[in-house]
Amino acid sequence: MSAVHEGTPVTAAPRQGAGVKVLKGLLGFAARAWLVVVALVLWEVVTRAVNETYFTPPTKIVTTLHELWFSGPASHLFLTEDAVDDFSTSLAHLFVGWAAAGAVGVVVGAAIGRSRTMNDLFDPVLQFLRAVPPPTLVPFFIMVFQLGATMQIVTIAFGVVWPVLLNTADGVRTVDPLQLETARVFGMGPMRRLLTIVLPAAAPKIFAGLRVALSFALILMVISELFGSTAGIGSELIGAQRTFELPRMWAGIVMLGILGFLFNAVFMLLERRLLAWHAGAQRLAS
Amino acid sequence: MNLRRIAFGAAGAAGVVAVLEVISRTGLVDPTALPPASVVLREAGKLAVDSEFLVDIGATLKAWFGGLALSVLVAVPLGVLLGSVPFLGTAARALVELLRPIPSVALIPLAIILFASPTQMKMSLIFYACLWPILINTLYALRDVDPVAKESLRSFGFGTPAVLWRVSLPSAAPFIATGIRIAASVALIVVISTELLAGGFNGVGIYLADTQSGGGQTDLMLAGAVWAGVLGLLANVALLAVERVAFRWQTARVEGVA
Repeated sequence: MSAVHEGTPVTAAPRQGAGVKVLKGLLGFAARAWLVVVALVLWEVVTRAVNETYFTPPTKIVTTLHELWFSGPASHLFLTEDAVDDFSTSLAHLFVGWAAAGAVGVVVGAAIGRSRTMNDLFDPVLQFLRAVPPPTLVPFFIMVFQLGATMQIVTIAFGVVWPVLLNTADGVRTVDPLQLETARVFGMGPMRRLLTIVLPAAAPKIFAGLRVALSFALILMVISELFGSTAGIGSELIGAQRTFELPRMWAGIVMLGILGFLFNAVFMLLERRLLAWHAGAQRLAS
Repeated sequence: MNLRRIAFGAAGAAGVVAVLEVISRTGLVDPTALPPASVVLREAGKLAVDSEFLVDIGATLKAWFGGLALSVLVAVPLGVLLGSVPFLGTAARALVELLRPIPSVALIPLAIILFASPTQMKMSLIFYACLWPILINTLYALRDVDPVAKESLRSFGFGTPAVLWRVSLPSAAPFIATGIRIAASVALIVVISTELLAGGFNGVGIYLADTQSGGGQTDLMLAGAVWAGVLGLLANVALLAVERVAFRWQTARVEGVA
């Protein structure tokens, strides 16, 4: 008898543990999500009650979002033609601009971080250029490149190159001198030192710069499209404003929020994967 | 050492100006697209004494400071409230993380419809854009306050407000200040984009839009951009200096998180 009594808790304990874990997980989720739910419900109820035209209720936003971009045939992954047009245009500009800025930023940043002379020469100029708010140059870019893809990519690239460049310079500057001296003693050439020691050591800071640049690129993509373009999520927004279609505008805003969230999440995941080996990365990421 | 940096910096700036001048003068690029640097600087000099442009700068600064001040006044107390009530703080963090990724400039078309007054429109957009960096930095800074320091004060019989005032806030302040500095640079971007897109009467963005529609003189546009850059630089330098003076005791930590 006593054996059974003693045995029951032993076998039940892990099962109960799993149940408690699930319950705890659910409670934790509820503790985090309740305010979001309350806010959404409140928004829905209030906007429906007062029949507000400016603030579209969330359910209407979701249906508009679906109609506008995600009600296409299954063969196109449920994307509508508009979605293919808008997303491919917007995202192509965004990533081309970001990649170009990333490449230039890492190369110039590494040059400036490695050489004190270069740093002292160009730091004031770079600090000034960084301080110029990118939208001020949009009229200039429109004059020079006309409305269109080039102008949008240049706007994005000019705006996002600074966090990458300055972070790379900073990361490269703070590489452990002992490692560099060791490499020199072993007869490594400067190019090899740069590729195998300096850049990997600076990687966490470079990645942090690239991540900031990516969220900045989304902002500049929207700005450049708001000035006039035929396709893209930003042009959808400005079109909705001109024709006073509030649900369509809210759908665009929500879509941009989703993109921003996804970019950040995917990049963080990538960063964690790629920098798992780096001891300093953990500290920077947290 | 500092003299060397100043001399080199000046030389670098002069070199860049000279290169731009040569590129434009020799016709390597179309001078109407990229006017000579000397012309741009001369126009920028003229703008500095142009009363109309000064009114524009004033209007932009007013909206910038107003919106920023408003968001500091709301975000810091809100962050303190949410940070000290764990039950609310956890829930608020999810809401913040959902709202934060929405680019504030995406709200410009909505703001054009919602607000009739340009100043009101600018301030509301700046307020929205600045709210998140400041709120998030306040929330996370309060979470990272040394628990031993808090518990020590508490065990000496201090109440919650005293702990907040004597330990939590001073220890979070440098991080909050960093949030405000980030918000200030975002705000400048937002205010100028709003002026460019939504129009209005006065503002640096309005000046730029006017030069664009008035035939598009690139030298005038770049001269305006030079002043916008000076504004951004001054704001950043000023805020950094304030941080350095006010939080001298904690520079190590500020460097760590920035």
